[in-house]
Amino acid sequence: MEWYLPVIWAGVIGTAVMLYVILDGFDLGIAILFPTTKDEGERDQMMNSVAPFWDGNETWLVLGGAGLWVAFPYAYAIIMPAFYIPVILMLLALIFRGVAFEFRWVAKPHHKVWDLAFWAGSTLAAFAQGLILGGLLQGVKVVDKQFAGGPFDWLTPFTVMCGIGVVIGYATLGATWLVYKTEGPVADRARRQAKALLLGLLAFAVLVSLWTPYAHPRISARWFTPSNLMLLWPLPVLTAICGYFAWKRLHGAHEFTPFALTIAIFVLCFLGLAVSNYPYLVPPDLTIWDTAAAPSSHIFVLIGVSFLLPTILFYTAFVYWTFRGKVRIDSGYH
Amino acid sequence: MVIDAFLLSRIQFAFTISFHIVFPAFTIGLSAYIATLLGLWLKTGDPKFHLLARFWTKIFAVSFAMGVVSGIVLSYQIGTNWSRFSVAVGNIVGPLLGYEVLTAFFLEASFLGVMLFGWKRVPPWLHFLSAAIVAGGTAMSGFWILSANSWMQYPVGHEVRDGIAYPVDWMKIVFNPTFPLRFAHMMTAAYLTTAFVVLATGARHLLAGHRTESAKTMVRMAILMIALTAPLQALIGDFHGKQTAIYQPAKLAAIEAHWDSAKPGALVLFAWPDEKAELNRFEISIPGVASLLTHGSMDALFPSLKDFKVEDRPPVLIPFFAFRIMVGIGTLMILFGWVGAWLWKRGTIFESRRWLWLAQYSWPAGFVAILSGWFVTEVGRQPWLATGVLRSKDAVSPITTLEVAISLGLFVFVYCVVFTAGILLINRLIDKGPDEISHEDPPEQPSKRTLKAAQAPAAAIFGDGHPGDDKIQPAN
Repeated sequence: MEWYLPVIWAGVIGTAVMLYVILDGFDLGIAILFPTTKDEGERDQMMNSVAPFWDGNETWLVLGGAGLWVAFPYAYAIIMPAFYIPVILMLLALIFRGVAFEFRWVAKPHHKVWDLAFWAGSTLAAFAQGLILGGLLQGVKVVDKQFAGGPFDWLTPFTVMCGIGVVIGYATLGATWLVYKTEGPVADRARRQAKALLLGLLAFAVLVSLWTPYAHPRISARWFTPSNLMLLWPLPVLTAICGYFAWKRLHGAHEFTPFALTIAIFVLCFLGLAVSNYPYLVPPDLTIWDTAAAPSSHIFVLIGVSFLLPTILFYTAFVYWTFRGKVRIDSGYH
Repeated sequence: MVIDAFLLSRIQFAFTISFHIVFPAFTIGLSAYIATLLGLWLKTGDPKFHLLARFWTKIFAVSFAMGVVSGIVLSYQIGTNWSRFSVAVGNIVGPLLGYEVLTAFFLEASFLGVMLFGWKRVPPWLHFLSAAIVAGGTAMSGFWILSANSWMQYPVGHEVRDGIAYPVDWMKIVFNPTFPLRFAHMMTAAYLTTAFVVLATGARHLLAGHRTESAKTMVRMAILMIALTAPLQALIGDFHGKQTAIYQPAKLAAIEAHWDSAKPGALVLFAWPDEKAELNRFEISIPGVASLLTHGSMDALFPSLKDFKVEDRPPVLIPFFAFRIMVGIGTLMILFGWVGAWLWKRGTIFESRRWLWLAQYSWPAGFVAILSGWFVTEVGRQPWLATGVLRSKDAVSPITTLEVAISLGLFVFVYCVVFTAGILLINRLIDKGPDEISHEDPPEQPSKRTLKAAQAPAAAIFGDGHPGDDKIQPAN
């Protein structure tokens, strides 16, 4: 079997998941912050700042799921049943949040219930994603390449902490996005919120960095073997530097850099988790090679990916460019 | 019947996919309609096309959102509830769905933003192009989904080792034998369904006394579409049925409730097929006509249900009745479209209150026909998930009955609340209708000479332009 195909595919799916977390992260984040204002115009402004993009953003989640199935059907077939309840909760939550984007405008002036659906759906979706992340990090019970655990294995203090951490992380992305993309009271409030949220995000990163090596000897061995540590030390150091500058820039008048630095923190944390777990896709037993699809299937889709993924990135950039500039309180797209 | 994770997962999948299919079917047709309207506006400069495009885009946005969120549920459910399916045929069905995401899903979702919010941001030609890309994306999405579904109906181009299917020939897999007709049948169904919604909307506005140009245009365009595509759909359906006789004889036998292969197939108009006793009760039928329709001769013999082992037979009741509902609605559609065309030709279409009254209630026709058709084809495929490769009962995930009971309960509750709200909101938008052309400011044809003069009234008409904002004008 071509050993490198699963490696390439792990890269493709890792990229898709990373893009999902960043892109849908900030639009889930603005919804998590929805209750912090009661003003209808300000809520309109917040929602308008992501309205043209959310659909494209959420598509990365579909690519993540479908890509996992295409490339690693065994992993897909283990992870989905293992996290049955959180996955279903996430999907239901995303339904409320997705339709709220459209329903809210049509339902006016009776839109309050969709404001609630938008906030609750987004928060629950983020929390469920954190549960799944935490559940994967703590490991899944597998016998004979099939899920063999119980229906509530995913519910532990560690996974709940990860759930809260992801909610805080997405809210940080959302707040810094609002600093970048809006002006007036919304931007001012977001700047204040971003400072507190950033500290929460960094605290969560530290907590996971201590908890996972403590609980899992293989992760501690990966990081603290001297030869590895020589290579890996820049990851935590860079994260700390990004955190410091994001904090400084939030206190200045910078609009874009806090958002960019928050993204950098997410990318670095994601790389850290990848380092901790590579080459395991379903920790603690199954690697990317154990769970891979047939090479012919890998190649067939990889041919498409090689030119479709750049095309997608190109027109995604075009859409963001089309809707560039600040979203003011009085200039809705609707 | 045991209530277990398998049964509940089947109910859950049937429930969520039945809710889902309604929205893509509608948005496939509607995106094409909106692109057509914008194209006509660019070509003629007639503001009614622009008003109609804006009107339907609002409805499209709401339906598309419901289609997206219910579609994501399905792609994940394949893993959560049918994990053994995702392993057994993942090497083949996985890549087909992967290509759907890469070629269609992203395209629709990204250009949707421009289509919904780009009215003032991009020039008209680019806006039209975005709408056309969204329409193309929805059709492309249908292409891959139907390819995957057709492969499950009649798998080819693969080999099975240790219960797992491996691809051998991708061209054969993608363009498998039952795919082209199934794809054509579904696309035509989508366009036809949307035409009936447009027709019903126009008729409703006319009957409510809004005798506007836009309402008349909707009725005319819909009649044209229905009168042409309804008979075409019957033709495609006929070919598709003949093909089913070749590739899926057990399904065809269930559709025709055909129990005895020693006799030619009768056209069963009504019956209550009794699966235990292996015969039809209360049968009203015309001898030989099923043989004539499927094999071209009144005397042709074809396999009956009894030729298949009991464990290899599909259930009979659902395919049998759903097929008759689908064909019945299709026949009525042809009649209705042709009567409409005849009234139009006579010039009395907008005075024919009885026809308009029927037309305003005709909007569910396409949806019911589509759901019936899918029940025929999916139940008719049982007991297999992928015919000959994997049985449905061997595909379910190692999950507990409790988990599926919880999720099924939540799905039923959430779908009923969310989709009822969505349909009520769509109804509200339809009631409001397109913005009217104001009589004080008669629209002028935007041409190079009158462009300056046309801008102010045009802005008033379109309701969102600023005087001097030339982006709102089509580029003549």
